[in-house]
Amino acid sequence: MLSRSLTTVSRMAPQALASRQYSITAPRPPTEISQKLKVTIIPGDGVGPELIYTVQDIVKQTGIPIEFEEVFLSEVHYTRSASIENAVKSISKNNNVALKGAIEESAVLHTEGELQGLNMRLRKALDLFANVVHIKTLDGIKTRHGKKLDFVIVREQTEGEYSSLEHQLVPGVIECLKISTRPKCERIAKFAFDYATKTGRKKVTAVHKANIMKLGDGLFLKTCQDVAKQYPKIEFESMIIDNTCMQLVSRPEQFDVMVMPNLYGNIIDNLAAGLVGGAGVVPGQSVGRDFVIYEPGSRHSFQEAMGRSIANPTAMILCTANMLNHLHLDAWGNSLRQAVQDVVKEGKVRTRDVGGYATTVDFADAVIDKFRI
Amino acid sequence: MLAKCMKKATTVSTIGQTISQRYASSGEVRRVTLIPGDGIGPEISDSVQKIFEAANAPIAWDPVDVTPVKGRDGIFRIPSRCIELMHQNKVGLKGPLETPIGKGHRSLNLAVRKEFDLYANVRPCRSLEGHKTLYDNVDVVTIRENTEGEYSGIEHEIVSGVVQSIKLITETASRNVASFAFEYARQNGRKCVTAVHKANIMRMSDGLFLSICREQAALYPDIKFKEAYLDTVCLNMVQDPGQYDVLVMPNLYGDILSDLCAGLVGGLGVTPSGNIGKGAAVFESVHGTAPDIAGQDKANPTALLLSAVMMLRYMNLPSHASRIEKAVFDAIADGRAKTGDLGGSGTCSSFTADVCARVKDLA
Repeated sequence: MLSRSLTTVSRMAPQALASRQYSITAPRPPTEISQKLKVTIIPGDGVGPELIYTVQDIVKQTGIPIEFEEVFLSEVHYTRSASIENAVKSISKNNNVALKGAIEESAVLHTEGELQGLNMRLRKALDLFANVVHIKTLDGIKTRHGKKLDFVIVREQTEGEYSSLEHQLVPGVIECLKISTRPKCERIAKFAFDYATKTGRKKVTAVHKANIMKLGDGLFLKTCQDVAKQYPKIEFESMIIDNTCMQLVSRPEQFDVMVMPNLYGNIIDNLAAGLVGGAGVVPGQSVGRDFVIYEPGSRHSFQEAMGRSIANPTAMILCTANMLNHLHLDAWGNSLRQAVQDVVKEGKVRTRDVGGYATTVDFADAVIDKFRI
Repeated sequence: MLAKCMKKATTVSTIGQTISQRYASSGEVRRVTLIPGDGIGPEISDSVQKIFEAANAPIAWDPVDVTPVKGRDGIFRIPSRCIELMHQNKVGLKGPLETPIGKGHRSLNLAVRKEFDLYANVRPCRSLEGHKTLYDNVDVVTIRENTEGEYSGIEHEIVSGVVQSIKLITETASRNVASFAFEYARQNGRKCVTAVHKANIMRMSDGLFLSICREQAALYPDIKFKEAYLDTVCLNMVQDPGQYDVLVMPNLYGDILSDLCAGLVGGLGVTPSGNIGKGAAVFESVHGTAPDIAGQDKANPTALLLSAVMMLRYMNLPSHASRIEKAVFDAIADGRAKTGDLGGSGTCSSFTADVCARVKDLA
């Protein structure tokens, strides 16, 4: 705690210097809004807490009018973890919004006990059926393809392979059920088309494996086709998952909005994040009817980097910016996004994953320096 | 289904013998069932035959037509001649086939796979010099469980609008593919096997697969063993594919990753594939039939050629395999005769002639 406040103090100094040129002409009054909006934060595991604290620091230093309530959820440190009910209560109290780091789901190799991970239980409790990841190249991050990418991945995340229905028939034979239901397929398809309409996008691609899973993925594909008829202005196409992966590495620019079942979403999210700079730079959100959770697009806890201050906070800060927009703090959100984009574009402060040597804290400082409202 | 699984459990695997020891490296001529396929299939099969002749490979071909015939019960089936030949030869080479969507007969792949229990699908993906893609350091082999998993084909609609698809993972099939992967790594001088799984979500099924991989890893101390989540592999694969060597995984993941890797090195037109079981193996090109360029001498035979090279290795003819492989790689690197899909101006026949000449030079 002490060292933390010390770093805060030392960080204040250059900031005060930098803002002096402004204060000579017009001393800016501290930007305070009478009431601060509250949101829940769930730090998660691995580098999650570091990233969340980075965001808290930025919020504190820039005067963004939000307050946090922390709920600690973890499978790794399960004795310290709050319950799902606590988390739900906190989120519904705090504007139905949360900012979340990745919760590590350990590959527990036991046959009894809970099959469902914390992430799944939280998503089910809040009914966060859609995961939206916006894949966009940031100026200043080198990619292999060198193309400007801008597409959205919409993933169903309450059923499918993640239903956690598994059992052993006889020793050595395990059945895992993948559940697909029409209402949920319809819901996600409608969500994708509505999203496309709202954000002015032209095309929706349904990703599936209906050639093999004729009933399960067939239902998904059929439902998407039916929903597509209600949106004549939006082009609809379908693509098989393995071909989609191949297309993504060869011609990723052809996609606009993609909609898919749970497991394929997990694959495509990560693959696409890899195309634009990795897990550290892509923001995402999980959306339900009532709740929204903002979390990085590819949910890796990055355990091996824990405590080393090398994780890239870009994704988490962009998540915060999106959250501010969601809370109708547009000016703050846009400024924060601009600040991050400027820092990335300038390329002076880069974390290791994008070829630099800066620490998480350095990056946060650079963002605070660039922040103007 | 239970009975099927029990049957599987009783068959004991002896993969070590399957791959190489079965064939003594003698000069005798081996017969291989050749299924030329549809579309561009005949052209590229012809090219392979010519190149094998130029290389003096001790292979005799038994071409067979697999157009489905109507059986006595009125159901279309693969001709029994094909299955008979496979029983005799145990090794097959197959060009692209028109996929029979909704034609009501089992596809050849499925028929042969079931008949001979071809449990492992192997796809080496290697960057080709002379065919520039965004990724130039790819050298990955994906080994995919081929008989169960998500593609078990067991699905039912419980009530209208609620479908349950079953992913089946058995200890026996997992052990077969895991031990095959390590055996493959050892025989091909590979250093590291990575098990790709999603045991954090599917804790029992993928958990079983993973624990079997660990069990097999202990038997191969000379091969490094790693575990990785599917999503992590996808993320890293598009950023730095050089960090992976041999990947072993259940059916669906293998399907996705093998195509992803093929995409990294330039598509299905340059990646070979082999389906390997205990007593038999079918090597094939996995690209489409390309009916638009069929018969125009524009097709690229590389995928089928490299599959045939894999076949030679499987049949313990490594010197012929290396010679043909080198000739193909050299021809593409040189680039004068490479076909249009690789950005060259050559034709199927000029490319074949070029490879033939190189094979003869190497002899």
